[in-house]
Amino acid sequence: MIGVSTATSEGRARRAVDAEFRALPLGALAEAALSTARAAGAAHADLRVHRLRTQSIRLRDGRVESVADHTDLGFAVRVVVDGTWGFASHAALTPQHAVAVARQAVEVATALRALNRERVELAPEPRYPDVEWVSEYVIDPFEVPTAQKVALLQEYARRLAAADGVDHVTASVLQVKEQTYYADTAGTVITQQRVRVHPELKAVTVDSTAGVFETMRTLAPPAGRGWEYVTGADGVWDWDDELARIPGWLAEKAVAPGVEAGPTDLVIDPTNLWLTIHESIGHATEYDRAIGYESAYAGTSFATPDKLGTLRYGTPIMRVTGDRTEPFGLATVGYDDEGVAGQRWDLIRDGVLVGYQLDRAFAPRLGLARSNGCSYADSAHHVPIQRMANVSLAPDPERDTSTEELISRVENGLYIVGDKSWSIDMQRYNFQFTGQRFFRIRDGELAGQVRDVAYQATTTDFWGAMEAVGGPSTWRLGGAFNCGKAQPGQVAAVSHGCPSILVRGINVLNTRTEAGR
Amino acid sequence: MSALGVPAGEVVERALAASRADESIVLVTDAHEASLRWAGNSMTTNGVSASRHWAVVSIFRDGPTSARVGSVGSTSVDQADIETVVRAAEEAARTAEPAEDAVPLLAADGPAPDWAAEPGSTGIDVFGELARALAGGFDGADRLYGFAHHRVHTTWLGTSTGLRRRYAQPTGTLEINGKRGPDADPASAWVGTSTPDFVGVDVAGLLAELSRRLDWSAKTVHLDAGRYETLLPPSAVADLMIPLAWAMEARGAHEGHNAFAAPGGGTRIGERLTELPLTLTSDPADPLLPHRPFVATSASSDTLSVFDNGLIAERVDWVRDGVVNALAQSRATAAEFGSTVTVPGENLLLTGGSTASIDELVANTERGLLLTTLWYIREVDPATLLLTGLTRDGVYLVEDGRVTAEVNNFRWNESPLDLLRRVTEAGATEPTLPREWSDWFTRTAMPPLRIPDFHMSSVSLAK
Repeated sequence: MIGVSTATSEGRARRAVDAEFRALPLGALAEAALSTARAAGAAHADLRVHRLRTQSIRLRDGRVESVADHTDLGFAVRVVVDGTWGFASHAALTPQHAVAVARQAVEVATALRALNRERVELAPEPRYPDVEWVSEYVIDPFEVPTAQKVALLQEYARRLAAADGVDHVTASVLQVKEQTYYADTAGTVITQQRVRVHPELKAVTVDSTAGVFETMRTLAPPAGRGWEYVTGADGVWDWDDELARIPGWLAEKAVAPGVEAGPTDLVIDPTNLWLTIHESIGHATEYDRAIGYESAYAGTSFATPDKLGTLRYGTPIMRVTGDRTEPFGLATVGYDDEGVAGQRWDLIRDGVLVGYQLDRAFAPRLGLARSNGCSYADSAHHVPIQRMANVSLAPDPERDTSTEELISRVENGLYIVGDKSWSIDMQRYNFQFTGQRFFRIRDGELAGQVRDVAYQATTTDFWGAMEAVGGPSTWRLGGAFNCGKAQPGQVAAVSHGCPSILVRGINVLNTRTEAGR
Repeated sequence: MSALGVPAGEVVERALAASRADESIVLVTDAHEASLRWAGNSMTTNGVSASRHWAVVSIFRDGPTSARVGSVGSTSVDQADIETVVRAAEEAARTAEPAEDAVPLLAADGPAPDWAAEPGSTGIDVFGELARALAGGFDGADRLYGFAHHRVHTTWLGTSTGLRRRYAQPTGTLEINGKRGPDADPASAWVGTSTPDFVGVDVAGLLAELSRRLDWSAKTVHLDAGRYETLLPPSAVADLMIPLAWAMEARGAHEGHNAFAAPGGGTRIGERLTELPLTLTSDPADPLLPHRPFVATSASSDTLSVFDNGLIAERVDWVRDGVVNALAQSRATAAEFGSTVTVPGENLLLTGGSTASIDELVANTERGLLLTTLWYIREVDPATLLLTGLTRDGVYLVEDGRVTAEVNNFRWNESPLDLLRRVTEAGATEPTLPREWSDWFTRTAMPPLRIPDFHMSSVSLAK
């Protein structure tokens, strides 16, 4: 192995891949599978060993509802035979199974060759003969005793439950450690390890007489960080402050007036905007969608390749990047699942569509010499496909405009904080989002909460109404563990960074009115 | 290549024998899967897989209704890992907080049939007939996209009290999306079906239905957002009834924080939703849509408890003759609220309509919309169960009893509870594939419904 473990973005030494994973017969599997595939006529073959360790802890009203640990381990062989993909996987990590699975992958490709009308060509990538990459975390959550983790969640839940008006509290933390070993017939060998955590608490207030209830949850996003993020020891999330303030926000929201529907100026906080970016830009700039591969399922995109370089996506202040390098990003890797090194590139520049997210099969179709590294499979038993990079909106490069300054520019509008409900159509035009908190803006100042808010728009109308973006100090990384795509269904974790923004004249709905009440 | 090492039944017995906990539960599922995927009349990603998912639940007792639980799952097929996982589950249980859903485990009730039998299996050859039929479609003028998936999941469940259960669940789905016309502005339609084994799937019939719907798109009409008389085909009804069933959870209703909480306290059980005699049922013994007839879970949730593992899942009428009738709950929750256990089902049937098909509903419509499928359905307001979503792959204008044009897509905002309150006609129940939720839920039988005022909130430009 070439020692390529580098320092973290904060100057610490990165941790190493667990010895337990390295002790698996990785090299023997690769030798058996790749030599078999090559001998059977594969022009390209790769072997991927994938190990996903998870722990889910869920509390209801301070008591443990469930603690579940799970480890998913297997390997897959993917081949290109006569321009057609073949894939097979198995759970037994022995060279004998690797040989058989490689043959099975070749058989799949051979059997389906007659139905393939588009020859697979892979963009070249430099060879990485023996490299290792580990994400930036300090404390491995799987090295922390479960009882200690439960106790921390109970303490957080207790603080919420102790407040007047909070009737129920749920608390959860999902922890993931993902390890992969990739080897291909070009000679690349990559070993990686990533850690991510998603802590969440939700307070509920109930008026049983009226038969109504309201909720509010923490806004700490899932992150590619270790247990230090959950305790707050790294100083990234101020748990003390948020837990102290939620009961008050919840009480105010429960008795707040319903929103007045109609076109409204919005200042949108990064805690809400990340999801709008995910749905209306992240998925819309996936090349496989744009050329129809997801037509029957996840959908296509209005941002088709014929519009590359000309589609006016939003106002000229809009710059959006795709990247697999953002520190602590959920989609951040050293190399993707086709052995392509992590990169950063523009998707939208000066408000115009200029790029896509690609894998090695799609890059040549777009006329590019190299993939930008967006291949991922969530399990050994799933085929790697083009998945989302961290897709982020850049802050104002000229001036560090604060959220308060954006609010000061609005005479009559809303300030929206935190994500909740989301939905977008199959071509990424029409979307609707709600949120956790909605503050009225009157004459440039916040004037209390309203409730039952959703905002609805067509993607290019929305981004075309973006008058201002906040400065670097407003930029935050949001994200999700559960982005779904493909058949069989796969999930991927992804982050989106963004500043606060000001958009004018967006259609706001009253969700009670929408329900006919 | 189907062998996954030590037979699953033996994994259960070895893990139980290795346990030092007061009680233990072992679940093993062997999964064999095959899939085909195509886009633009060409294959894209295809493959086969074999995997084992298993879990050990260890329990240390402090009393009949007091216990600590540890649950550890694995996909390893290395027999040396059996003891490792057992010990990890025990360690998790020793350091756990008391479980709030603790009740005695179920007692043994005899041997499980086929306990030692091989798991069900599948392979790429299951699609032989389908592939031949698709090849003909690929040579046609329309562009075809789609997915065929076959899964055979065999589950073994054993407990230290001697209970043994085994069940093999085959699940197959086929979806075909057809596009016609220019890439920039195509007509688009969808057909789908569920099948346990792909035997006798009428691919030619599905392709013919796809073509009939694409023909309807020869003329297009723009309609603004608003409330329209709308005919929901069975697939769309399934996609609305599934989130309704998922929301029918007892604890949240009793505690006042879901849509089945009644004003003034208590639940909505007994509330009449509709004068139509509609019944929403889960039934493991349904002859067309059978599913695993017992609880098998490695973690407790709002509606399931690990202590209920092996509990026989009975037929449940969630709505009976138009009246809310039951909410899902474990034995512990049922005891807490003085009710009876109701196991959430893995199939869903809405019955009580007429014998009319969707085509007959169309024939009896003066002016309205006929939908194909619904998409990206998400909860907007849990208090009212308001959902939002899109129409997809075919909204058609019906005038004087026939389809006259294709209409643009819409975003809609509706609650399935309110739809049942407003439905004016239900047709004949038939097996159908729910498009939105088919990753999780494929076994449904639904009638077409007529809604007099379905709320299309805004126009979607999507094709």
